[in-house]
Amino acid sequence: MSERILKTEHITQRFGGLVALSDISMEVNSGEIVGIIGPNGAGKSTLFNVITGMYNPTEGKVEMLGQDVTGWKPYRITELGFSRTFQNIRLFPRMTVQDNVIVGMHTRTKGNIFSGVFFTKKEKEERASCVREADTILRLLGLYEDRFEMGTSLPYGSQRKLEIARALATRPKLLLLDEPAAGMNEQETEELRQIVYRLKEMGYTILLIEHDMKFVMNICERIYVLNNGCMISSGTPDEVRTDPVVIEAYLGKEE
Amino acid sequence: MRVFFQQLINGITIGSTYALVSIGFTMVFGVLELTNFANGSLYMLGAYLSLMLYSATGMNAFLAFFISIILTGGVGYLLDRLALRRLRNKKAPKLTGLITTLGMSMIIDNTIMLAFGSETKPFPNHFDFGRIEIGSVVISWVQIIILATALTLMLILSFVVYKTKIGKAMRCTSQNAEAARLMGISVNRVIAFTFIISGVLACISGNLVGMYYQTVDITMGASIGMKTFASAILGGVGVLPGAMVGGLVVGVIETFAAGYISSGYRDAISFVVLILVLLIKPSGLFGSKQINKV
Amino acid sequence: MEKFCEKLVRYRVPLLILACVVAVAFPFVFPSKYFIRIGTVCLMYVMITLSLNLMVGYMGQMSFGHAAFMGIGAYTAAILTTTYDVPFFVAFILAGVVAGLFGLLLGLPVLKLKGYYFTIITMVFCEIVRVVELNWMSLTRGPLGIMAIPKPSFLGFEITTPRQFYFMILVLVALSTLVVSNLMKSRVGYAILAIRDDELAAEAMGIHVFRYKMIVFILSSLLVGLAGAFYATYTSYIDPSSFAAAQSNDMLVMVIFGGLGNTVGSFIGAISLSILPEALRDLAQYRQLIYGVLLVLLMMVKPQGLLGDINFKYIRQRMEHREKSKEAANE
Repeated sequence: MSERILKTEHITQRFGGLVALSDISMEVNSGEIVGIIGPNGAGKSTLFNVITGMYNPTEGKVEMLGQDVTGWKPYRITELGFSRTFQNIRLFPRMTVQDNVIVGMHTRTKGNIFSGVFFTKKEKEERASCVREADTILRLLGLYEDRFEMGTSLPYGSQRKLEIARALATRPKLLLLDEPAAGMNEQETEELRQIVYRLKEMGYTILLIEHDMKFVMNICERIYVLNNGCMISSGTPDEVRTDPVVIEAYLGKEE
Repeated sequence: MRVFFQQLINGITIGSTYALVSIGFTMVFGVLELTNFANGSLYMLGAYLSLMLYSATGMNAFLAFFISIILTGGVGYLLDRLALRRLRNKKAPKLTGLITTLGMSMIIDNTIMLAFGSETKPFPNHFDFGRIEIGSVVISWVQIIILATALTLMLILSFVVYKTKIGKAMRCTSQNAEAARLMGISVNRVIAFTFIISGVLACISGNLVGMYYQTVDITMGASIGMKTFASAILGGVGVLPGAMVGGLVVGVIETFAAGYISSGYRDAISFVVLILVLLIKPSGLFGSKQINKV
Repeated sequence: MEKFCEKLVRYRVPLLILACVVAVAFPFVFPSKYFIRIGTVCLMYVMITLSLNLMVGYMGQMSFGHAAFMGIGAYTAAILTTTYDVPFFVAFILAGVVAGLFGLLLGLPVLKLKGYYFTIITMVFCEIVRVVELNWMSLTRGPLGIMAIPKPSFLGFEITTPRQFYFMILVLVALSTLVVSNLMKSRVGYAILAIRDDELAAEAMGIHVFRYKMIVFILSSLLVGLAGAFYATYTSYIDPSSFAAAQSNDMLVMVIFGGLGNTVGSFIGAISLSILPEALRDLAQYRQLIYGVLLVLLMMVKPQGLLGDINFKYIRQRMEHREKSKEAANE
């Protein structure tokens, strides 16, 4: 059984006269790892921003778990179970690694202003369990030893991993990774690949944007190809790799 | 009806002085995205400087006026050169610039208060040539001169901003300072120029208002400061015509409020209007909505 | 600095006890009215600074008009106790509630806007409130101010002597400190800090940014409203000039000087800057000028304030972590 997690129907996004996305329809099913590729400025990040509620699409519909979420605010979409990382890393600069992850548990915890002000027993226990859980996630990503360092003081690759850890802390039904391997060296990319495989084993569904073709081709089961805001191809890595349209638009340029 | 037109004329007169200060404020905001809380202090400084030069040295009033313009422009320049430019070089967060201007305004306001005392001072009206009656509406010569000066300055500034090289550089800087710098524009010079203009405008406006009311006092800076915000936001922050129209609107609103509601609440009413405008159209009358970049 | 802070963290318990002992012993060691008054004023400013720090320091919303809410609290308490003979305790609570309500009313339209709009509007709001206080003669007696505000009494216990006032504000400060430090340890506190650090990322983590801004704005207004009510009953006379832009600026300088987002910093900022004009009496008229210079210098040298970059919790965590791994290595 594979449940449909995400479905977009005919998404079009215009900024003034500029058409950033036009008529994008795609879907992600439970347990899949799906990639979005395309040259710079193809509209990949814009699509992410539409899916996560940062932009309100001009036309079209975003459906999550069978529910129409078009135009929802980002925080509600995260509450529903979609969590993302950012292409240009956006960690909380004045928090430690551990606290960055704990913030990610916001939607799953219950403390309110009164339990906070009086710091009730319940609140105290909830905080303690957050710390434990954060440590588990950090172990998974190999950041546990650095948990008391400031998030932004980590090396670049680790910061990207921390963003994934923070997104994982929301226990997402769909994890959206925006160029997770960007700026990573070979070894870090390999580690990241292992992490993504681990996440898949654990049952996470992942949608990722990536520039590193090798990375995407290896890891994704299905790929969507964007160019100039349009979907030009989709299918398995092999299908996409051999699609002449893709070769011309994307791979061809590099030759 | 007579009262109405009289109020309208008075409102436009005072509004045009607000517009002048607002233009300076909005230009600084345009190039730096900085809310300059010291702008009102420059306005007060200008008025007090020319008063001091005139009454202490007995020099020609116009010379005093002229020197005060240069001095206030210079203080505007120093504001940027001494503090804000250093913050820019350090790439400090925008908030530090904002707080710095608040600190600067505290320094200027309190220096003036310590130097001149806190009582209201008489201000000479050099344009006291009497008044003209059109129908039953009375217009004094000071009013005409204020309007003429404001209008001329607005035309000159529009010309400078939209037609000259430095204006082009300003507009480039306001759209993208980094790109402007890469294109060989000396961003610091543009910013310094903008601060000088805002100081000059504030000074001229302060003197005009001093002559209009024939008094100056140490609360005038804080008071005009807030009216400047109101005008600029009403019109749309960073937009030149917005500041002009915003200034006039605030002037007219508060004159009518004083005339028809209560003079005590005069200052509060334009601020309430400001909050209402923000509620309905946060970008102001002429501002455009920005897309948040992710 | 790092070493010094580690020392502070290591001896935090005895230091805290020492601070409490000093605070309690102060009015007995310095029994003169003058010293007790200075102590009381210092503590009142600590409470104000704590409340403003919540908004400016912890959440990063720069407010230039905090005095307005203090004024609203003070006037609410004064009007209720003088005109309507409401018992002080009830009036005191209502002062906080009304100030919080005004925070809600102002926050609804303004907190959705960009940061600088918020700053401008808080400043303008302070002016609106002052103008209303000045002109609504029938309610506030305008520039004459409200006189003979009764002394507080709780459950038959009356507060009349300076020393009793001192202990009243001491209790209020202790409660406010507890509220702020508890809150910042909790889920709400994490959300607030996330918003300060990166609004967009906070929203992506599922935080309803506007709701938390609202909570902080209301709580901050409420606390300063209570401080205002205390001020009203302590001085027994209030007028609009006590809650103007200049007072807002004073509060802000204290918050920034002590350190943005640091509770200990609020104590240091409030106490040192309210003692300063007392200690240098000749300089009292230069107070605002000095504050202005201080503000500009701080922005150049240490924009976060004295303790703004210091997070005692993190220092403690790192210290304990280091010691633990050292122990593990020894075994």
